[in-house]
Amino acid sequence: MPEKILVLIGTKKGAFIAESDGKRGSWKLRGPFCEHWPMNHVVGDPETGAIYGAGGNEWFGPAVWKSDDLGQTWTHSSEGLAYAAGDEPIKAVWSLAKRNGSLYAGVQPAGLFRSDDGGATWSHIEGLQHHPSRKDWNPGGAGLILHSIVTHPADEEQIWVGISSAGVFYTWDGGKTWEPRNRGTRADFLPEGQNYPEFGQCVHCLVMAPGKPDRLYQQNHCGMYRSDDGGKNWQSIEKGLPSTFGFPAATHPRDPDTLFLLPLNGDSAGRYVPDAKAAVWKTEDAGATWLDERKGLPQENCYAGVLRQAMATDSLEPAGVYFGTSGGSLFASANEGENWSEIAQHLPTILSVETMVVE
Amino acid sequence: MSNNPARSVHHVIARLPGVLIDLFPGAPRRVELPASTVKEMIDGLDALWPGMRDRMCDSRPAIRRHMNVFVDGEKATLETGLAPGTEVFILTAISGG
Repeated sequence: MPEKILVLIGTKKGAFIAESDGKRGSWKLRGPFCEHWPMNHVVGDPETGAIYGAGGNEWFGPAVWKSDDLGQTWTHSSEGLAYAAGDEPIKAVWSLAKRNGSLYAGVQPAGLFRSDDGGATWSHIEGLQHHPSRKDWNPGGAGLILHSIVTHPADEEQIWVGISSAGVFYTWDGGKTWEPRNRGTRADFLPEGQNYPEFGQCVHCLVMAPGKPDRLYQQNHCGMYRSDDGGKNWQSIEKGLPSTFGFPAATHPRDPDTLFLLPLNGDSAGRYVPDAKAAVWKTEDAGATWLDERKGLPQENCYAGVLRQAMATDSLEPAGVYFGTSGGSLFASANEGENWSEIAQHLPTILSVETMVVE
Repeated sequence: MSNNPARSVHHVIARLPGVLIDLFPGAPRRVELPASTVKEMIDGLDALWPGMRDRMCDSRPAIRRHMNVFVDGEKATLETGLAPGTEVFILTAISGG
């Protein structure tokens, strides 16, 4: 059994950490950290034990925060995390992904940066800015944000990113060249007959199936999709879901056919859980069928939303599933979604949830 | 420090806001340092506390939108000149929610 499990929580007013032993029965909350900055994504690196936080503060701009002691102390840096003089400055860091020795950061306005020294200094992966479609990218409701970074487990040259509302883009050469990978995903908000463009789809969350790098899932503004060829083609898997709209998607730590979603009632219907009853929707057959898991979740008067980075699984057996709400509640299941309990409440708006097992 | 050797560099006083100090433990609220422009003053602060420039300035480069630098009661830019002994007040905008 692991020594402990940490749930890393990014909120509108700082980072928090919920901590439990491997049984995941009782939880202790620590925080707020990072000087109350909005923390869009807090992630752990199980190889080093470091915790990184992607933030952006209205006064002080963007930075990546880091803790080497499980949240006790923090440093911050944005050295190199900048566009060229004269260009629109970076407002915030939105997403982080660790791959071996490299840390990737997605920023607003959309761009991708890389650090090879644990977040102390950053270099711009400029190729994405040179894609011919760049001038036509338009911001979504949260801005022109690069919110999803998916790296290939065996090939560091391959990276997929999700940008709202520009779509999914893929590089096979470490970021020098990129191509859009949105075929089969809808843009319902475009005029009739123009709903399947090459780019411009509003991807909300992009994830890779474990042990199966050609399989990607995405929750989109307009539907839920699976790809089995690295994003070249997407198939709708929204049949059986209560809505085509939602933000997060979380893969199982071991089973590529299992996925967790948290559909909301619709983009113009309030963006809270359908019928004001909270449920996580789970598939165990890659999206062919869906089951709603709601034991222990609020089943009346629940007008909460769950944002794109606010759901995660852990790597334990059985897998834990976690999500945080716009109302500041953190829910956890220690048995793959079958039973739920609220492990923190009254937090600021939860922007991200990730986990790290500490051996 | 000035890049122009012909220009005399004298000392000014930077008054830093508490929320900025919180990001750089050990930094004082009042700093006396050589500078003849706001930019030079901020460069000097960044040399003392690496990263402080990024918290005050964006990459345009310009003073961040929600940061205010006041010299002699007037809102300053990076190019604003500083007379010897000038007190420069760095303030955060009233914003939030």
